[in-house]
Amino acid sequence: MSAAAILLPRIASTRRRWLRRYGLATLGGAIVLAWVLAALLAPWVLPHDPTFVNVANRLKPPSATHWFGTDALGRDVLARVVYGARVSLSVGMVVVLIGALFGTLLGAIAAYARGWAEEALMRATDLVFCFPPIILAMAIAAALGIGTVNTVIAMLVVWWPKFARLARSLVITQRSLEYVEAAQSVGYGPAHILLRQIMPNAVGPLIVLVTLDLGQAILVFAGLSFLGLGVVPPTPEWGAMVAEGRELVQQWWVATFPGLAILTVVMGFNFVGDGIRDWLDPHARTR
Amino acid sequence: MIRYVISRLVTAVVMVLLATLVVFLIANTVPGDPAMAALGDMQASDPVQVREFRAKWGLDLPLWEQYWMFLQRLAQGDLGISIASRRPVLDDIIDYAPATLELATIAFLLSLVIGLPLGIIAAVRRDSWIDHSARFISLVGVSAPTFWLAFIVLAIFYGWLDWAPGPGRLDPIAFPPERITGLLLIDTALIGDWETFHDALAHLVLPSIVLAASTLGLITRTTRAAMLDALNQDYVRVARAKGLLARVVVTGHALPNAMLPVVTLGGLAYANLLTGAVMTETVFSWPGLGRYTFRSAVAVDFPAIMAITAIVAAIFVLVNFLVDMSYAMLDPRVVKK
Repeated sequence: MSAAAILLPRIASTRRRWLRRYGLATLGGAIVLAWVLAALLAPWVLPHDPTFVNVANRLKPPSATHWFGTDALGRDVLARVVYGARVSLSVGMVVVLIGALFGTLLGAIAAYARGWAEEALMRATDLVFCFPPIILAMAIAAALGIGTVNTVIAMLVVWWPKFARLARSLVITQRSLEYVEAAQSVGYGPAHILLRQIMPNAVGPLIVLVTLDLGQAILVFAGLSFLGLGVVPPTPEWGAMVAEGRELVQQWWVATFPGLAILTVVMGFNFVGDGIRDWLDPHARTR
Repeated sequence: MIRYVISRLVTAVVMVLLATLVVFLIANTVPGDPAMAALGDMQASDPVQVREFRAKWGLDLPLWEQYWMFLQRLAQGDLGISIASRRPVLDDIIDYAPATLELATIAFLLSLVIGLPLGIIAAVRRDSWIDHSARFISLVGVSAPTFWLAFIVLAIFYGWLDWAPGPGRLDPIAFPPERITGLLLIDTALIGDWETFHDALAHLVLPSIVLAASTLGLITRTTRAAMLDALNQDYVRVARAKGLLARVVVTGHALPNAMLPVVTLGGLAYANLLTGAVMTETVFSWPGLGRYTFRSAVAVDFPAIMAITAIVAAIFVLVNFLVDMSYAMLDPRVVKK
């Protein structure tokens, strides 16, 4: 921040300023929207079937008929990538939304109740934090067997604590404020105070975390599938597709495009999450 | 202060034990049976052989007894015998750990060396092109799947351009040095084998870049956010008003206050790297802890899984502990109550 930036008035137009701050977030939102649409409209828009095996056509490079080429079994990579979006997006949403709901509720209640409930919650989350998510998810998935549902369960176990922690810290900030005391003295029950008074003030950072975590969940699930623990073949899934194409350095398209799909989706969610965070940040507003 | 340290240590030990208990319980509700997994098909169909196997490995004892035996051995430093490799787990881990330690440390240093300055400059010159490119790079690093990045990097720099060597720690024809620490760079330097040193270093380049990518993103973002916070504070305004050099204000006043969240997340990131990056190690055929963990999980190798869990939990707890201690150094307000 040079002296000029502080002293001179901001001459940039309001629109340009909005673009500079929220341009990336809009781009991210557009990317996510595009993928959601693609996933929903897949069966109608795609020319090829993702599971149609045609070994005579295997490992063909990208062409006019197969925009992303074909894989080792002759399946159209573009179709598999778009269908993979359905799996990844739904898994991401299920894991994050359920984990967020469960974790937030737990964390908020524990923080409001205080005492041993809060301590117990902290120790429980500490315990889960001891494990890097991939290792714990791996252990559980290996225990329950591979398959989408089991992997989702494994991910849920590791996903709720961070929301619980965040919700707890947010409720702690709020619970000693005067409006809470006022509500209590008027006679509102704890459930009402928590849900209708405290949570609306605390919900901002939680939304940021949910958005960012949607991308993270997709990454983790793709990683587990890459290791062989996620989906069961022949379900198209981005991580599994990269695993299939791992050895095929010459046939780069088999592994590259699914990975690019993951990259763009996660970047989209990250942009949106950052944008929401900037929007909520009181410091940023005053500049 | 001493009381604080001791109470944290006790909590840490309890955490580690609880972690092993949790994994022990999970591993024992597993449908997969280590006996079936280790014996061949023919042997597994013979109930007598299966029973003998289970008796030999103590698998027929009640759960709490198995756990108690595990704890006793742990107290003596014995991590048990791996069902899959028939060697003491400790030996297995000593074999695999240095590879991960070397890779993780170099990747972490790389991300620090690039990420810290990048984050600082991005904060100081906010909304400039440097800021935007730094944010973009860090976002890509955080969003790209590690296993995919590893493949891309390998395909481009090894498969296509042939600038870097292939997977593995050394060339297949290279002669590994005598094992002193297990860390190739140190071992080869100690005996003066510079050719192998060069080879090991070359093999380290690609995997460290891949591992560093996501950590770099994290460090840059955290540093930038923390620096922005610090630069907005009143004391910075005072320092500028006093006429101090910009460099002094940034590095001497703002930076130390911004370091707290960076140290926290950086510590966590290092611990994550240490506990073995399974993806990168798989793609680069790196014989490290990550792959060992994965293989043990798939083979339902109880002793190995328990031992690895204990170690992973211990590493995380240790790193958290060190981070907490560093708070006291970085921010004197933490110590004064």
